[in-house]
Amino acid sequence: MIRRKRLAAGALALLAALTAGTAFPATAAADGTDGRPAPQVELVLDVSGSMRERDVDGGTRMAAAKQAFGEVLDATPEEVLLGIRTLGANYPGDDRVEGCEDTEQLYPVGPLDRVEAKTAVATLTPTGWTPIGPALKAAARDFREGEGTRRIVLITDGEDTCQPLDPCEVAREIAARGIGLTIDTLGLVPDARTRDQLLCIAEATGGTYTSVRHKDELADRVGQLVERAAEPTVTPVAVEGTDACVDAPVLESGLYTDRAEFGQARWYRVGLEPGQEVRAAVSVASDREVNPGYGVLLRAVTVHGREMVRGEAAGHGRTDLVSTGLRLPKEDDEEALAEVVCLEVTHSFSPAAGVKTTPGLPVELTVDVVDGPSDASDVAAFGLGRGWWLIGALVVTGFLAGLLWGWVSRWRVAVWRTN
Amino acid sequence: MRLTRAFGGAVLLLGLAVAPAAADASPSASGDEKDGRPTEAGTSFRSATAIDPGVGATAQGSTGDYLYWSFGADATQRPTVRASVRLPEEHAGETWQIDVYDGLRRRQACRHGAQTRTAPAGTSSVELACALRTVRGWAEPWSDDPLPGTYYIRLSAVGLPVSDVGRAVSAEVRVETADAGGAAAVDGALAEPLIPGIALRADAEEAAGDGESDDSAAPVLSGTAAEDGWSSGRWTDRWAWTAAGGVLAALTGVWGHSLTRGRGRPGA
Repeated sequence: MIRRKRLAAGALALLAALTAGTAFPATAAADGTDGRPAPQVELVLDVSGSMRERDVDGGTRMAAAKQAFGEVLDATPEEVLLGIRTLGANYPGDDRVEGCEDTEQLYPVGPLDRVEAKTAVATLTPTGWTPIGPALKAAARDFREGEGTRRIVLITDGEDTCQPLDPCEVAREIAARGIGLTIDTLGLVPDARTRDQLLCIAEATGGTYTSVRHKDELADRVGQLVERAAEPTVTPVAVEGTDACVDAPVLESGLYTDRAEFGQARWYRVGLEPGQEVRAAVSVASDREVNPGYGVLLRAVTVHGREMVRGEAAGHGRTDLVSTGLRLPKEDDEEALAEVVCLEVTHSFSPAAGVKTTPGLPVELTVDVVDGPSDASDVAAFGLGRGWWLIGALVVTGFLAGLLWGWVSRWRVAVWRTN
Repeated sequence: MRLTRAFGGAVLLLGLAVAPAAADASPSASGDEKDGRPTEAGTSFRSATAIDPGVGATAQGSTGDYLYWSFGADATQRPTVRASVRLPEEHAGETWQIDVYDGLRRRQACRHGAQTRTAPAGTSSVELACALRTVRGWAEPWSDDPLPGTYYIRLSAVGLPVSDVGRAVSAEVRVETADAGGAAAVDGALAEPLIPGIALRADAEEAAGDGESDDSAAPVLSGTAAEDGWSSGRWTDRWAWTAAGGVLAALTGVWGHSLTRGRGRPGA
């Protein structure tokens, strides 16, 4: 008897789990996110010897960083998985090779234990080199598997001392892996070269750069960046466009990322039923130093190469991206067949002198296939009129019609009488 | 007894599975807000902060950041975007610009307004404005006329001495909308407003069913929603004008007719 009840209970629980399981992730799976993936943030702190300098509001740079970390750790939202990595914290010697390997995960990326994390930060003393490149490489590996946004916040007071590995290149490579990673950089009392390098790192991943001269600025900005990471955003799906329409990947509604090299066209395909409309928007980001003139062209082409509609944009000067879009309705004709629309993305960014051209520039593509519009048969809504001219015209016409009607009927009466 | 407990457990399980979905707010509602005024800006189209017309949104950032907000505009509306940037205390002269993009990330023209302005060294703030064209209910696919849906505001420094990069700035944006009314009512209508990710949202709503439309489990590309729903495009004051014109025409017709009759019967 008991056994049977248990069975029933088990079945019920299973049913509940099944309905819950199928009803909700299904909605999310469509755009490549599962439910609500936890955002991950890693703070990368420079603990090199130069952090000893006393030029941040009268205290050392290290003290300012520690205080900021204390505040940030207190304010970190629950859902954020936070980790801390240091660079230059352990090796005080002069050996370059060893100094450049000196990066350590102080607190693993995971649910935050504030006390533990704070204690770990408190033990830090400014020590060694500034291996930014190796630290970023290691930091990118620290993240857990999953779909959530990943953000590295790099806090440093000096440029990388471990050339020839260019941290800027490292950042671009990490970004090119398509794991949705952003690096934000903060320069503590930075000099010109540090600033340029941090700016380059931030630019390479679509992150931001901030120069910090005061304690509270540091805490505010790091806190803001951590909170930004907690904002729910859609994670794009990595896709690889091809050089021709024939073998291009078929896209459904969603958000996609790709890379397009300089001078390279990327093709995608979208299926379109009669009575539907495809909407595509594309943005190409400039993640490195490029020449001032730029543009982007998005074309919708039939499989036979006939262009149907295009979107284009161009600009000049400093920019983070250039974007355009198009929409293409397909008439709801009984004889019309479903069609494959080829989308071609080209951009006209050109690399500044001495800038690496691979990997290509990040491309973000949104595709929406929706019901088609009800087309206009007139410029005005339903062909209706509006305004005093309309009223006047109707009044005059009405009056004339009335007169005419009156005269005609009088004339008819007169004719009838004479007969 | 045990059966009820098990049933309770099952319900709880279901509840747990649903809870994160219900607790999840749209981007427009989340984030830092003070009295309903957003105090953060996004840094890309994807993370743009949704703002409502008439509400001033503020943001702190660094010089060189690209700040993004989004708002919704419906057919026949005429949005005007205003931004003011408080510059760092010391700067060497900066040029700021606002760009407005539609839901397809197409840059929108400004009818008037100082879209780009250069602040010479020593000035503490810069004011920018962009008055958009009237939003149409329908346009040919080959035009880039503004359509109902999401609009993005991008605020950025386009001319920037490298020494100023990274300094703290704060910005405030505000969107005001005027209604052009029936004068801008065009024929035709989009099936869905021009909101990025609307196809997925529609799918999700269908899947969720049971009227639980607004709380989908996944974050949305754009949380733009019209306060009173999007206009269907069926009602316009052109109906009133046309009907009034018809009535007046009928009345003057009767009057005109009666003039030809004179007093009493004709010819009598």
